[in-house]
Amino acid sequence: MAELSATGSSAQTQRSWYKRNEIAVTPWLFLLPGMIFFAVYVIIPIFQSVWISFHEWDGLGEKTWVGTANYERLLFDDRKFVTSFWNNVKWLFLFLLAIPMGLMISLFLNQTVRGIRFYKAMFFFPFVISQVVVGLVFSWFYLPREGLLNAILGFFGFGSVNILGDPDLATYGIIAAGLWPQTAYCMILYLTGLNAVDPEQIEAARLDGAKGHRMLWHVVLPQLKPATFIAFVVTIIGALRSFDFIAVMTNGGPFGTTRVLSFYMFEESLSEFGFRMGYGAAIAVVLFFIMLFFIAYFLLSMYQDEREARR
Amino acid sequence: MRSMLSTAAALAIAATGVTAGSHSSLEGTLRIISDMSNPAPRAVMEGLAAEFDEMHPNLTVELDIVDREAWKTQIRNALSANPPDVVNWYAANRMLPYVEAGLFADVSDLWAEEEMAALASTKGAMTIDGKQWGVPYTYYQWGVYYRKDIYDQLGLSEPTTWEEEKANCQAILDSGVKCYTIGTKFLWTAGGWFDYINSRTNGYDFHIALARGEIEWTDDRVRQTFANWRELIDMGAFVDDHQSYSWQEAQQFMIDGEAAAYLMGNFSVASFRDGGLDDTKLDFYQFPVINPDVDYAEDAPTDTFHMASGAQNPEAAKEFMRFVTSAEVQTKINAGDALGQLPVNANASIDDDKFLKEGFEMLSSNAGGGIMQFFDRDFPAEMASVGMEGLQEFMVFPDNLDDILERLEDTRQRVYQ
Amino acid sequence: MFPTPIEKTSRSWQLTYQSLLPVALIVWLLPLIAVATFSIKPETDFAQGNYWGLPSSFELFTNYGKVFFESDMKRYMLNSVLITVPTVIGAVALSCMTGFALGIYRFRGNLAIFFLFIAGNFVPFQILMVPVRDLTVSMGLYDTKIGLILFHVAFQTGFCTLFMRNFIRALPYELIEAARVEGIAEWRIFWFVVVPLMKPAIAALSVLIFTFIWNDYFWAVVLTQGPDAQPVTAGITSFNSQFRAAYHLMSAGSIVAALPPVIMFFIMQRHFIAGLTLGAVK
Repeated sequence: MAELSATGSSAQTQRSWYKRNEIAVTPWLFLLPGMIFFAVYVIIPIFQSVWISFHEWDGLGEKTWVGTANYERLLFDDRKFVTSFWNNVKWLFLFLLAIPMGLMISLFLNQTVRGIRFYKAMFFFPFVISQVVVGLVFSWFYLPREGLLNAILGFFGFGSVNILGDPDLATYGIIAAGLWPQTAYCMILYLTGLNAVDPEQIEAARLDGAKGHRMLWHVVLPQLKPATFIAFVVTIIGALRSFDFIAVMTNGGPFGTTRVLSFYMFEESLSEFGFRMGYGAAIAVVLFFIMLFFIAYFLLSMYQDEREARR
Repeated sequence: MRSMLSTAAALAIAATGVTAGSHSSLEGTLRIISDMSNPAPRAVMEGLAAEFDEMHPNLTVELDIVDREAWKTQIRNALSANPPDVVNWYAANRMLPYVEAGLFADVSDLWAEEEMAALASTKGAMTIDGKQWGVPYTYYQWGVYYRKDIYDQLGLSEPTTWEEEKANCQAILDSGVKCYTIGTKFLWTAGGWFDYINSRTNGYDFHIALARGEIEWTDDRVRQTFANWRELIDMGAFVDDHQSYSWQEAQQFMIDGEAAAYLMGNFSVASFRDGGLDDTKLDFYQFPVINPDVDYAEDAPTDTFHMASGAQNPEAAKEFMRFVTSAEVQTKINAGDALGQLPVNANASIDDDKFLKEGFEMLSSNAGGGIMQFFDRDFPAEMASVGMEGLQEFMVFPDNLDDILERLEDTRQRVYQ
Repeated sequence: MFPTPIEKTSRSWQLTYQSLLPVALIVWLLPLIAVATFSIKPETDFAQGNYWGLPSSFELFTNYGKVFFESDMKRYMLNSVLITVPTVIGAVALSCMTGFALGIYRFRGNLAIFFLFIAGNFVPFQILMVPVRDLTVSMGLYDTKIGLILFHVAFQTGFCTLFMRNFIRALPYELIEAARVEGIAEWRIFWFVVVPLMKPAIAALSVLIFTFIWNDYFWAVVLTQGPDAQPVTAGITSFNSQFRAAYHLMSAGSIVAALPPVIMFFIMQRHFIAGLTLGAVK
């Protein structure tokens, strides 16, 4: 379409090569800087990482080709990897709780009473605080003796818990900290979505006698589908990028029980006792393939949207 | 920053009377990355940099102080990319990976100078492959720091045997106080306990053989060490939730009187005193005998300065190393009101401080077994890292011992090849 | 509207709702309130075990003063600004161009390139870490702000392109056609027709990127160290080790580190939310 109209409009005069090909060349000129940056820092490194993962490399000297040795050790002979992998699975599933929780809060706040804008903003703003600070805040909140959580538990007569010191609870404690800003994010997505829900359909459904959760499930949620999709995308990505919280709150401890792949990869690659860039890259590749599964799904959904938009 | 440095320098010079301008030929910039991030050492390091800066008018000293725990994961990165001239690190095996990777510079020529003879006691710990790779600025004894007032109140005296130790501990526990505080969040504190119990149970030579990878972790003698340790754990001797605290946070329990003692290095004295424990409340004893057939071995780690092999200003770096190893400077920085540690230079004088004198006395006359550098310096770095994680787990879940030892043994087989 | 507007419900529920709101907010912000309380307490409160009682004295100025004047916090904050602002400018500029190219023109590979940008944006950081660190080191940019900025600009271009392209798609195409009929050069169409229309998108994207970059921690620890170049997210750990166990100072430090994006959010709230929720509505 664009090309047709453009060639039609430009005069047939013999001007410079650029002028003649303006419509075809311009987009590439505009794309060039961004694409170069993106290729150098994002696209090419992915392939480099895959390449490095077949080597043993300390980041300084020569790389030694070791074939699939890194992967063999990783997948069959590395307990740290197993722990990290299962923690990633926990993160993926539990982090998704941010979506229903965000929805609940957004339903609670979707009113027009006085001051509601203030409340919405205050509920949302944990999202803009850096994960490092949220991690610190929660690690103090969880402190076994001084922490507010235990002060509250004590007030209600419960014994104290040391969440980040207990290998069975620590990962859940970190996930809970992560859920806090993530829920805020999902909430704001749903608030925006709710704003656009068609009031006529709601009224029509009300007349049909739909109420409460039936209304929510059959009438409102289908209209919130775009919001849910985005919430799902950002939550999955967030779950797999859980590095900051772990580094700040437990540093992988106690006894390595809170490691996830992203953290373990960092540890191996830049460890005190030697850079295992090859092994680290292998971990990253595994993580990448887990992510790729989701990326493919996201892209497919978006592709369908694009096709619909064109029709 | 500069103005702050120069005021500190003025103070430092006024205090010591070091004459400025004696080595004024140095030029350019001297970049130092230091891990002396606790308040007292930080002040010392800032003072050193400022003083050195002042001594060399044409030289600019740039000092970055980074978190001591974070530095352990950053050092390799720092040395391999955009290396500074001088960095802090530790002696013995802990420096091996950096020597092997060619990241530390050989400073044997410095050690060949006459003045360095006064540092002979640590030359061994600084030597790998017959060359020296750094200089020491301090070392310190480890031992049990305890609340004298609590012991007095309960009628206890310093234990010399394991039986007395346990009896004391029981009495302390009965009075509602924990025997020992410890914070194992950063793992290494548990290494101190292992060093002591293992060397007191099996002797120094066994301990070092284990560090060299010559003994299996599943060996019965190693198990005996853990069995001894477990006696204390099962009594409930250690504070709860120690895996959540740093060593500094754990100190608070002793200051508050909730725990009676702390197996620690002498650097802890400064913050004990800050916390209000004066010498009537704080005292020190040598870790007691467990197996009467083995001699005392003591942890006395040496902290060091190294020159990066990529240093841009090696002349200034070496001059700085001469500076920090001089008797005068070592006397000053190790004083009770500064680092509160022991000078390595034999000509330096030890401050008139109760703990420093006691420590020096202990190390020179009552450590016949040998001097250990500490768990994470005697064991190769990777073994130490996996090892300390296991030690922390053992202190919380002693029942997991079999699994832990198996894991350590796996690591041993991979690390020492 | 869903749920049922509060005005249409019973009086008692209206009152319950009104009183529930502040309670819910306090519960929601509890961890943060705790830290804020810590940060105005005097040191003696902690020594005496008064963690959760009222502060025995009000030490806001002492504590925050210490954060600013007795540590490297100022330098870290300045680094953060010097990293964040150029990144925002760079990433927004690049993505205005890529977004324009992908949103206006139809050419072979358009969608493929667009999807490449999106996919790259979802990639886990770790797969880039080793090569990017290596590249930065070999360019001599390790431990410099520039090294961090270059990477951030490149990586954020992915997200920004997605954003800009979709925004431009929604602009009325007739404007561009009209301009072309007038014989206006393509780059002038970009500059005089499209960019002015993109102002809201630029504002929204700027606040978003500002927040993302300010809060970055991973790349800060991979590509920098020490107070010369490290931003405040990484510097805070070093700050905390200087004041280990001094909760009043660590809390104050954390609040200071978190504040700029929070202020940014409250000032630019509308743009911020518009940016975040783009695509949440069809």
